[in-house]
Order: sequence, then C-alpha cells, then structure tokens
Amino acid sequence: MGKYFINGIGCVSAQDTTNSEKDLFNFKELKENKVSACKPNYKDFIPPAMIRRMSAGIKMGVVASSLALKEANVKIPSAIVTGSGMGCLNDSEKFLRNIIDNDEQFLTPTAFIQSTHNTVGAQIALGLGCKAYNVTYVHDATSFETSIIDAILKLDEEEQNVLVGGVDELANHTVELHKLIGHVKEENTLEKGILNSNSKGAVYSEGAQFFVLENRKTENSYAELVDVITYDAILEEEVTSKLEAFLLANNLKTSEIDAVILGVNGDVEFDGIYQKLQDTILKEIPQVYYKHLSGEYNTASAFGMWTACKMIKNQIIPENLRLNSVEVNSIKNVLLYNQYRGKNHSFVLLKSC
Amino acid sequence: MSNIEDLKLELKKNIIEVLNLEDISLEDFGDNDSLFGDGIGLDSIDALELIVMLDKDYGIRLSDPKEGKKIFESVEVMAAYIAEHRTK
Amino acid sequence: MNKGVAITGMGIISSIGNTVEENLLSLLNQTPGISVIENIKTHHKNNIKVGEIKASNEELINQLGLPDSNSYSRTAMLAEIAAKEAVKNAGITNINKCKTGFISATSVGGMDLTEKYFYSQFEETKNRKYIESHSAGDSSSKVAKSLGITGFVSTISTACSSAANSIMMGARMIKAGKLDRVIVGGADCLSKFTINGFKTLLILSEDNCRPFDTNRTGLNLGEAAAFLVLESDECVKKGNKNVLAYVSGWANANDAFHQTASSKDGEGATLAMQKALKVAGLKPENIDYINAHGTATENNDASESAAIRRIFEDQIPSVSSTKAFTGHTLAAAAAIEAVYSVLALQNSTVFPNLNFQTPIEETQIFPETEVIIKELNHVLSNSFGFGGNCSTLIFSKA
Repeated sequence: MGKYFINGIGCVSAQDTTNSEKDLFNFKELKENKVSACKPNYKDFIPPAMIRRMSAGIKMGVVASSLALKEANVKIPSAIVTGSGMGCLNDSEKFLRNIIDNDEQFLTPTAFIQSTHNTVGAQIALGLGCKAYNVTYVHDATSFETSIIDAILKLDEEEQNVLVGGVDELANHTVELHKLIGHVKEENTLEKGILNSNSKGAVYSEGAQFFVLENRKTENSYAELVDVITYDAILEEEVTSKLEAFLLANNLKTSEIDAVILGVNGDVEFDGIYQKLQDTILKEIPQVYYKHLSGEYNTASAFGMWTACKMIKNQIIPENLRLNSVEVNSIKNVLLYNQYRGKNHSFVLLKSC
Repeated sequence: MSNIEDLKLELKKNIIEVLNLEDISLEDFGDNDSLFGDGIGLDSIDALELIVMLDKDYGIRLSDPKEGKKIFESVEVMAAYIAEHRTK
Repeated sequence: MNKGVAITGMGIISSIGNTVEENLLSLLNQTPGISVIENIKTHHKNNIKVGEIKASNEELINQLGLPDSNSYSRTAMLAEIAAKEAVKNAGITNINKCKTGFISATSVGGMDLTEKYFYSQFEETKNRKYIESHSAGDSSSKVAKSLGITGFVSTISTACSSAANSIMMGARMIKAGKLDRVIVGGADCLSKFTINGFKTLLILSEDNCRPFDTNRTGLNLGEAAAFLVLESDECVKKGNKNVLAYVSGWANANDAFHQTASSKDGEGATLAMQKALKVAGLKPENIDYINAHGTATENNDASESAAIRRIFEDQIPSVSSTKAFTGHTLAAAAAIEAVYSVLALQNSTVFPNLNFQTPIEETQIFPETEVIIKELNHVLSNSFGFGGNCSTLIFSKA
C-alpha cells in the first residue's frame, strides 16, 4: 500500500465555497429545512453548448471537479470516481412526471438521458475528453466513501492521479416525499440551529465536492488520506469498537486524534449515536461538525472531508464548527465519522503532511 | 396561425425554450440558419426533441427519424413542411 | 498470465430461467425469453417485446417468504433470489467466517415502486414505506442484510455496464486483500421509466431483437439479476472450494464521445478490451469466445463491431450476443452474461446469437448462430453504457 495525498479540492455547496475569499469561519448556519446550493457563475466553467441540458447536480459536479483539478494542476486525471446517493434526481423526477402526467405520450429523451446516476461522472469525462476509468457509486450515505476506497485501489494499481468526489442535488418532489416520512425537518425555519432543534429529520441540501488524489506529495497537498472503511449496518453498540479497531489498524490510539469530525445533523432520533461517542471515548478530543453549514445529502460527508482539508491546511478549528471547547495545538490526525439514520457508517482518517 | 412568418417566429421561440438555447436570441436566429452543425449547433438528441415537438404541437408523426434530417434543416424548411402537413 | 480471482458460486434469474440450470437449458435449447409484456400496464404493450420474468411481485414475495410489511422493490427481490442461489451454490454456510462484502449494481433501483406511488404517497400512508426503497442502495442493503453481510456493501450504477464494474471492483478488492470474499453482480427490473426512456430514444424493437444483423431494428428490454461469489486463493484453499472459473481480466474505459451514443470507431470499447487483455496477461488470439454487448441497436452493434475488428483484426474468435434470449437487462446485463461466460467455459460451449442473418457491411462480423461445442479457455465479455462507460471482463477456465 502506498501513500495518498489530497492535492486539490473543489466544493459547491449551500455556502459560498467557490469564492476563494471566503473561508470556513465565514460560513453561517443554514436556517431553513431545505436549502439550495449557492450557485457559482456556471458559465465561467462550462461551455454554453454543454450547459443547456445540465441539471444542478451536473453543473455542481463539473465546477467542483474543475476547481479540484486546477488546484492540483492536473489536466486529465487517470481515473474518475464519483459518488452520488440519489443520482440525477431532478431529471428522474422530470421524466417520471412526464410519463405519468402525459400518460406515456409526447415524451422526449433529454431528461431520461440525463437521469442516469452516472451522468455527472460521464459529463466530467466528456468535458475533459478523459477516456480513463470512470465509475459511479450509488450506495446511499456511503457513496462517497466507497468512491474513495476505489480511488485508493486505483492509485495502488497503476494510476497517477484520481479525481474522486461526491454529488447530490435537491429535487422538490423527493424532498416532499421525505418530509412525509420525517426525514426532513418539519419546521421551515430553524432559529436556534440544528443542535437545539430537538426535532426529527435533517436540513436537506445539495452539493458537490471533488478531490484530486495522488500518490505523491506536492506543494499544494492538503493532507494525507490514510484510510477509509465503511459498515453498512452495524449495531449502535458496535460503533465504539469499530472506531477503535479502525484506529488500531492504523496504529493510533484514540488519544492521538487531534480532531474528530462528526456527521451530526440535528436529527434527535439518530444524533444520539454521535453523542455517545462525544460523551465517552471522544470526550477529550476537539469535536467538529459541519452539516449545520452544508445541510444533509447522501454525499454530505464529502463536505466533511473538504472541511477537514481546510482545517488541516490552516491548522485552525474555527469556532463555528466546534461541538466542544477542547483546545488543540497542532492538527495532525483527523478522524471523520459519519452515519445516516443509523445506517451507512463510515470512518475516514486524514493526516497532516 | 395564419401566416408563415408567425409560424416561423413560433418555431424559433419554441426551439429556444424547449432546447434551452439561452445564448441564442430571436434576433440572431435566422430563418435560413442551419439548425444542426455549425449554425445553431443542435445535435441528435435535439432532433428527437424536435420530432416530439412536431407530433405534440402540429400533429405530425414522422415514421422514420431519418426524415427529420431534411425537415429540420432550418426554420424556413421546417415551417414550410409544417404548413403543408399539420393536422392541428 | 494472471490467474485471476476464483468464482466459487453463481446465481441467476432471467426471462429464460429462475436458476443457473434453467438458464443453461434455455441457452442450449435455443429457447428465447422474449414476449409481450404482462406485469406492467403500458400503452406500448403491443409495440415492444420484452425479456420479462413472468412471476408477479406477489409470487416473488412468496418465494422469498417476505412479511407483508416488506418494502422490497422488484429489483431487490430479483437480486435476493439470485444472490441466495449464488451463496448456496458456493456452499457457504457461515457467511461471516471470512471477511465478506457485497457489491451490487442497478440502474432502476426502486423506480418500479416510485412510478406506481409517485403521487398517491401524499394521500395514502400505507405506501409510504416504499419512499425509502427508491434509492439504488436500498436494494443492495436489503439483500446484504438477508445474507448476513453488514460490513462492506456498495452499489454501482454506470448505466448498462454497471454489473461489469461491480464484478471488477470485487475482483480488485480481493486482489488488494481488502476482502476475502465478495458477492458481486447486479439487478434491474422492468419499469415504465426505462420502457418509456428507451422508447423516446427510438431504439426499442417491435420484434425479437437481431444483434449484429445489418437489418437490426433495436433492442428488447429485459429484467434479470445475477450474482457471482468471488473468493481469495486462501479462502478457496482453506474451504477446499470447487472453482467454477476465474475472473482473469477487467477494465473500464470511457468513450468520452457523447452522453448516449458510442463513437463510430468504438474507441472506449477498444480501450476496455485492450486493458482487460493486459490485466489478464493475454493476447487477442488467446480469446476463444466473445460474449458481446450486442444490444441490436444500430449504434451499439456498429461501434462494438468496429472495436472488435480493431482488436482482433482478421482473427475474430467465436462471437455471440445472448441478448436475443434475455433482452437487454441494463445494469444486470454484465452479471447475467458473466454467468453465461462461466457456463460457456464449464460446458465448452458457445451459445448462439439468435435471429442473425446478414452481417453489418463494414465490419463483416458473423456471430455464431448455432450451439457450438469447442474447447474454451478464455471468454471475453463486453458491456457498454450511457455516459460512454465501456467495460470488459475476461473469464478463464478453472
């Protein structure tokens, strides 16, 4: 096994993350239960002939990936791996609505063509003329983490650099359906923030985060990506032991972690899984959250990794991301843990480099 | 729609809207501009959209998609074809 | 040559059979599973032919013994039937005896449920249990859980090449030592969504599809699921396992040409075949049979033929597309064709390309039209999808 470095990052999210003037401490907590992405000027990134058919997810993916590639100074990556829990949801809804509303008549292909889960990865490849390996993982809240697992296998096998990322878009009908089953917070506005919301469900949002991984360190390296593991369906009681086993496999003790980044999303039903760790083995470790800034989407954990990259590079944990007040001198080992609704658990370990 | 000029305008508006041609204004859209290739720049997916437009808006059903190639040469040609074959 | 990763079990359900055995018999007897659609109400009923599994959802629920409260999509049920057969076939009694993962592939996911209840879920509470079943990952998690797999579970969706990539990822994870055993494959059920989608692209045939024929008229959609059990050499040795065949080569490349259409010269397909041969450590002349993607669309077959010519030049091995038997089963296609490739190796048999008469003029590829018995050592299987995704797998005799 070699080493893997994060040498370029790009992020489109509910925050103004494409604006290089802004940094983590500038971002404000989302105040509604459904928040669209803060849109960059897409025309700066995508030729008009391509942009006209692109839904939000595709545009976000193309922008985030081109930012990451540019930072890493990579023109054409040697593999593209994309995670997307729900795929191109807007085009799926659009085509489905057309089928039902028009009773299978007068249908046009564009929405269908764009609805396949791999459209984002495909459009990135098409835009770059990249004929390399190209795969899309669509496994709910571990879509992004499985993509990283594939990416590091690729780096071990032969590839020089891998573009890996996550993207998910908001789609109205799906949000309404998810409200029915309590996955989206009922209250439209959250004045006191998600931590004090004391309600079921999460704040739904969207975003795209892409990263360039290479097996060499460069001047621009943000961090070393040490390891990643996913568990589809472990019991709540097993989380602590899985976390410790993951660290042990990487020759680390819990006390050697300088910051832990948790996928806390303000859902009273499932945040307890994090709380138990926060109150026990992670008690003396600086704790960070980010979904109050990014909102929840299947690949929101990629925003968590983006946050980690920024924190490691700047060696600062901004106040607006802190869950506790434990001080830290230098940020070396950073652990990310995410789960969604008690399923799709993932641990990612990053290290300063 | 009585007049061929109105039909051409209607077609241009619909093509711009249905195909999301944000960058093309009605003023720039010439009657004889080639719709595919170097002109307006449409492609094979757009051709399928136009086939459905003919059916939905004018009641014209093309049995062979290849027929579309000739009909969709320009707005001028399209309008003439529609004027002759429309059933609604 | 790279020996590859051992395949120790297979399971399949398709329109030509509910088990591996039944599928083999249909292939040998040249009995296609193409028919008029019965389980889905659609206006296109009389204008399309499909590779439909005739069992209704209720029958599948009964077969699996699912409780009334279940929220399985048809995709998930087909997947569970095939995956269970594969696990049984591999003689696995304790799934967690070694580190086992599960990787499925789907493009339809729970769309069959969503399209049924898209609006009614707002009024009726009873169908809301299906809201969570929409996502592609849901079917995989359900099947993994039923098999007792709780660790590494994932799902791939690269349109019609999806299952090739799940088989590839499984093989790579075993090679890298990340897993000892992995159950890989894919599943897709028929849905109004895909029927209408392919209909708008004007690539559905009204008749039985005719892969590689110059007068081909488009594809037949199908539904299926298939899974393979892949195991590391240590696992095979320790368990004294019977190896059915090896996955010896794999590659994925992107055509980067068009969102849906394949390039004329089959660039992506050529790259995928080249790279897979390299991974397997084989030369084109080592391939005895190509199980082609061969969907019978104008574009795919022309592009794939061109790519086959580029790789194999004048020495084209036996070629056939089995899609005239099963229809194009989208994300499951590569998995069912992996099962057929292994069956070909095990039985020294090339399965026929039904409904072929006249070759495509430019490429002059004559697929096999009868069951051919011959020694097979290496079978190459292609799968291509929207978004330029081109994948090739190579299977080698045990």
